[in-house]
Amino acid sequence: MPLASYQTSVPVVVDDAKCIADKGCTVCVDVCPLDVLRISDMTNKAYMAYDECWYCMPCEADCPTGAVTVNIPYLLR
Amino acid sequence: MSLDQIVDGLSEVSCDVLVIGGGTAGPMAALKAKLKNPKANVVLLEKANVKRSGAISMGMDGLNNAVIPGYATPEQYTKEITIANDGIVDQKAVYKYAQNCYSIIEELDSFGIRFLKNENGDYAVKKVHHIGTYVLPMPNGETVKKALYRQLRRARILISNRYMATRLLKSADGRIAGAISVNTRTAEMLVIKAKAVILCMGAAGRLGLPTSGYMFGTYENAANSGDGYSMAYHAGAALANLECYQINPLIKDYNGPACAYVAGPFGAFTANNEGSRFIECDYWSGQMMLEFYNELLSGKGPVFLQLKHLHPDTISEIESTLHKVERPTRGLFQQGRGVDYRSESIEMHISEIGFCSGHSASGVFVDDNARTTVPGLYAAGDMASVPHNYMLGAFTNGSVAGLDAMEFADNHDFAEFDAADVASERDRVMAPTKREDGIPPNQIEYKTRRLVNDYLQPPKVTRKYELGMRRLAEAREDMQERMIARNAHELLRALEVQSIMDCADMAVHASLYREESRWGLYHWRTDFPEKDNENWFCHTLLSKQDGKMTSEKRAVEPYIVPIADDEKDLYDKQRIRATA
Repeated sequence: MPLASYQTSVPVVVDDAKCIADKGCTVCVDVCPLDVLRISDMTNKAYMAYDECWYCMPCEADCPTGAVTVNIPYLLR
Repeated sequence: MSLDQIVDGLSEVSCDVLVIGGGTAGPMAALKAKLKNPKANVVLLEKANVKRSGAISMGMDGLNNAVIPGYATPEQYTKEITIANDGIVDQKAVYKYAQNCYSIIEELDSFGIRFLKNENGDYAVKKVHHIGTYVLPMPNGETVKKALYRQLRRARILISNRYMATRLLKSADGRIAGAISVNTRTAEMLVIKAKAVILCMGAAGRLGLPTSGYMFGTYENAANSGDGYSMAYHAGAALANLECYQINPLIKDYNGPACAYVAGPFGAFTANNEGSRFIECDYWSGQMMLEFYNELLSGKGPVFLQLKHLHPDTISEIESTLHKVERPTRGLFQQGRGVDYRSESIEMHISEIGFCSGHSASGVFVDDNARTTVPGLYAAGDMASVPHNYMLGAFTNGSVAGLDAMEFADNHDFAEFDAADVASERDRVMAPTKREDGIPPNQIEYKTRRLVNDYLQPPKVTRKYELGMRRLAEAREDMQERMIARNAHELLRALEVQSIMDCADMAVHASLYREESRWGLYHWRTDFPEKDNENWFCHTLLSKQDGKMTSEKRAVEPYIVPIADDEKDLYDKQRIRATA
């Protein structure tokens, strides 16, 4: 069976202007218990690649520049 | 090469003691093992990152079961947990915990974790349980993981993050020989030979589906997909009382604790829609959950946690804890809904089901030395069968496991395993990556967990369980024959679904085996509505025998702390009696 991609509004938002992943920082990607954050090949900034979030906060709490914001996933907001 | 691209690879390492799971029990087990024999190699394997993994990822607001001299005795605590768990307790392990936990508190204190003290410098312990006083707030509870991590680095524990263990290895004579794992970002496989293995892999928290429909909106850290239960099962270890589900009273939709343990000692309470109390005690037990369930269905629901009657300063104090530690997004959630604790009560609901001995009693069977029924294999924390053990139990029993496992490793050489076991496991793990076409893991997981809700959520009806078993078998066939994983991250989820499916099957099997009702809502069977002490005052042990799921009875060990007849049913009297 063919697969379709599924649209979803992701809870973790990264402010590209503040994110220093392009300088080699991977803190948010490293600490996420669900391993859902990645560094974009195009922008070299962190982003949420998989909508599998426990809204737990280490990414936001440990980000050295305050670039990461955790929102409550829409379905349970 | 980008992250998540699949690499076909297999390597092998060895260590003396392998600890799987770096949440709460795991770091303590690794630390104690290493300190006992500093020359030995101790590996701590973690599916996520030890810095922020497990139930206490963002810390913990307090100890729920601290047995502190002057406030409680090990005898009192053992009695309370025996009664709360409806008598089905091997008291030796609970008593040992109660004796040891104070020294663990002192040790955590020496790591820099602070506990609330009163003006005299004594620990300020609060009462939440039905009988005794055991709740100790942690003012800097958000620092727990950092403090533990410092100790691990200092002791030179070898930490391997982002490796998911998938199966245990055994020798022909049944002794533990190591584990097989897979890198969650490359799919490369790693075999770890070990003389002793400690499983600290947390609850099966992704078993039922949250009512929000969001698969990762679980009470437990959603990484806790029951991998430890599944691995122990396939290794032939016995699992105890799995029918004693974990079901919690949580903030509706948010699915985290509200949290009565924090707010209760300040005067908050669980109320119905009339603003009245209906339960005697907010301590989480199956009996309490049954009254909660009854109230929701009685027309007097919804159920709320009520704080609005408290002084604004008190509410601010409670708020500062709830919105900083354990689940800090609680504040954001309430803000989004415009709920201010000063004017509105918190709407509560019943969670989906899971396995977790940390709150109930469903876990891999262990004795008072944290030994499972497989020689050289240990378990501690939420996945081991010591009931109601919470975070402090994970630390304390993790410590017990670490010490005993290192002694085992010191007295045994590596056990030999069959290379064919590694080859067949590699085939099983990689199978979803070899298919061109099929069903992605998220769909199989959603369906499995939706079936768990539809058929397995108590009250347990035999006919529903039989139907559920059939539907789950169909989903299992899809999982085994048609599931696809297109990158390493999807493979991680595909492996987790297999743990979830195993746990669902075990939940069905264990629940049908125990033909009585016990533990309030946790095991309420409508076809056997009464507690039957004559036939079922026993543990049930589930295990894989000759490839088949099997259940058997095991006698409760004679109590070391006697329970008087008029004390046995104290937890059955949760409902507040109407007064004339």
